[in-house]
Amino acid sequence: MLVCHPTKTLSLNRSISNGDLVIVYERHDSMKAVTVSEGSVLQNRFGVFKHSEWIGKPFGFKVFSSKGSFVYLLAPTPELWTLVLNHRTQILYIADISFVIMYLEIVPGSLVIESGTGSGSLTTSLARAAAPSGHIYTFDFHEQRAASARDDFERTGLSSLVTVVVRNIQGEGFPDEFTGMADAVFLDLPQPWLAIPSAAKMLRLDGTVCSFSPCIEQVQRSCETLQTYFTDIRTFEVLLRTYEVWERKMESLKGSNGSLPSKRRQCSAGSYVLSSSPSISSVMARPCAEARGHTGYLTFARRKCV
Amino acid sequence: MCDSRRVTWEGCSVLLDINDGDRLVFARLSPAAKLKIGNKNCSLQPLIGRAFGTVFQVETAPEGPYLSPVQVNAYNGEEVRDGQVNVDLRDQVSDNNAEEVRDGQVNVESRDNRTLVDNNTAQSLTGEDIEAMRRQGARGNEIIEALIANSATFEKKTSFSQEKYRLKKQKKYAPKVLMRRPGSRSICEAYFKKYPSKIGFLRVDTLSLLLSMANVSSNSDVLVVDMVGGLITGAVAERLGGTGFVCNSYYGQTPYSMDIVRIFNLSDEICRRILRSPISDLLSQKELPEQIVQHDDVCNAKIQSNDQISASASVEEICHSSENGISELGAENTGPAVHKAPKAGEKAQKEMIDSWKENGFSSLIIATPELDTWTLVRDLLPLLANSAPFAIYHQYLQPLATCMHNLQLEKMAIGLQISEPWLREYQVLPSRTHPCMQMSASGGYILSGTKICTS
Ligand SMILES: C[S@@+](CC[C@H](N)C(=O)[O-])C[C@H]1O[C@@H](n2cnc3c(N)ncnc32)[C@H](O)[C@@H]1O
Repeated sequence: MLVCHPTKTLSLNRSISNGDLVIVYERHDSMKAVTVSEGSVLQNRFGVFKHSEWIGKPFGFKVFSSKGSFVYLLAPTPELWTLVLNHRTQILYIADISFVIMYLEIVPGSLVIESGTGSGSLTTSLARAAAPSGHIYTFDFHEQRAASARDDFERTGLSSLVTVVVRNIQGEGFPDEFTGMADAVFLDLPQPWLAIPSAAKMLRLDGTVCSFSPCIEQVQRSCETLQTYFTDIRTFEVLLRTYEVWERKMESLKGSNGSLPSKRRQCSAGSYVLSSSPSISSVMARPCAEARGHTGYLTFARRKCV
Repeated sequence: MCDSRRVTWEGCSVLLDINDGDRLVFARLSPAAKLKIGNKNCSLQPLIGRAFGTVFQVETAPEGPYLSPVQVNAYNGEEVRDGQVNVDLRDQVSDNNAEEVRDGQVNVESRDNRTLVDNNTAQSLTGEDIEAMRRQGARGNEIIEALIANSATFEKKTSFSQEKYRLKKQKKYAPKVLMRRPGSRSICEAYFKKYPSKIGFLRVDTLSLLLSMANVSSNSDVLVVDMVGGLITGAVAERLGGTGFVCNSYYGQTPYSMDIVRIFNLSDEICRRILRSPISDLLSQKELPEQIVQHDDVCNAKIQSNDQISASASVEEICHSSENGISELGAENTGPAVHKAPKAGEKAQKEMIDSWKENGFSSLIIATPELDTWTLVRDLLPLLANSAPFAIYHQYLQPLATCMHNLQLEKMAIGLQISEPWLREYQVLPSRTHPCMQMSASGGYILSGTKICTS
């Protein structure tokens, strides 16, 4: 994901080369991660795209299929990755992710502990925030998920920043070797309260913890457990509302005397007419009809200082 | 870096949270710095060399009031010197009694407040009694206990009301000062709470989204137009951690204020990564050498006069005005500033600007309540590398809608989206969990997207 390769930073002069990970953009709700491989093709509803034609092109370039349709080739970012990754579990999305990074105060150099890894959606952003000198240790008890996550971090170029470990965190807690070393701990587990005592042990004083839970009962129990080791316990819900923008023509209304009607009475009396011209065109925004109504509650706390 | 910065040092910037957010003060620690708490003037000297997160309480000694750390036993959560007062209790109990009655009903609580009559005779201790106790060296907590013992109604109160009573007395007789690390989160929250206009009403979740959507990451070159006091510039620099660059750009010859950058405890290396440039320099084709020299002169002069980032920064410079609650330290600070905040915001050298022109910036963040969004974006977008993401903040929707529409027409960007963040906090207590009674109704809007290759 670029972060660990200063030479690979985005630049007007950098072009796509064989082996690069690109995000193929059809529409904002239709994207796909593709690793460029000289002899391969991408086939979708728009036709066939030859990878060989992508090599040497700049990122952000529009490429055409055999049928003359086009897609854009974008450089991967954690935000794009979250939209294209394979869902092996429920994942965190941008609003929760951004808030978690900011509220956990993760900065370059931070040592962060996470469980479960799940599909690695959050991990990718944790890695970006802790890079180049920090590290993420992420734990999941599901062998296969851990392996897939490892493959993904390899593919996105984050493997030097992330270590995936198979371990039952609710049962065994985090490994003792991290005692007092973590700057931040993140939990996305079914019974987070079982892992909270261990999280407290891993954290340095004044370090931060966050637990993500979809259900309020989980929050209730977690908060009770947090009281023992933590201060500044706060629970939030964060959502995004998106807007669509249209240019609309509105007929301008003229009163019979040529001026805009000033009283409603005139309207009901029908004493003004719709003028056929000029119509006023303006750009308007309204919330999109569909929105995510709930993801989960984010509970943050800070390790008490002695 | 993380390790060495857990403890404060002389010259370090701190956020002081007095009585659970009643007052928020940014201060730079020095032996001479003083803070007025209640009617007492306390030296900030005892705060030097202490861990961030430490809670202090005002104590009285024969020599005068002083700040003393409250000991908290990390594992059982009990405050050793202060067993009765619970620091964790977030003051979210609503002040109206109706809520308490409702709360009382849902909980296992045998008492209610039907017999309570507030006739000001419940307390038998007088002001003189309390003064006398103080003269005899009573601690704040001892006074609170005495007040409770002498309250005719305390025992009749519900446990929630008792807690509230205790908290009220604690704020008055044993004020607490929590020392926080100033970072993007705490700085943004403090300003949003006490002085939101200074940061263009940018809420902390919105700031977090701007940084994500613009993919601010180490080794990137981030172009910002920051008319929100330097909050964005500081937050980006914090994320860069001493790699890459943040270019704080401005129209005309006068840089926009970035006072807030000084509140962050940014290392010298991180500060060196904050550069400034007039937008005209970034947009111009190759300049003649003489012109550049002239530019330099003008800008240096401006930097000296308009912007004290590079000048000595001390306690009083952090304050804005006394009524906004942020840093009321100015008046009490004595003596010359000994400690300087590291220098940030040097003017970008020509070589740097040329390199940006050649390679393009890797992200763009704009927060300019005062400038026309579309014109700005139209000018600046070509400075981005292809496929670079951008995020534009505005407290109003319309300028972003217009900008988005124009970007679509001109086919300059894809993945365009306007988002409005929504943030709700919850009170989580046994049998009394519900959303907080107060919430911020608007954190502003963000237009995000990705620049595409147009040639
Ligand atoms: C919802 S997913 C996490 C998603 C992740 N936050 C993301 O953004 O992709 C929860 C993960 O926790 C793991 N898990 C559940 N119980 C666990 C336990 N006791 N120890 C370790 N991992 C566990 C599951 O295998 C699952 O992968």
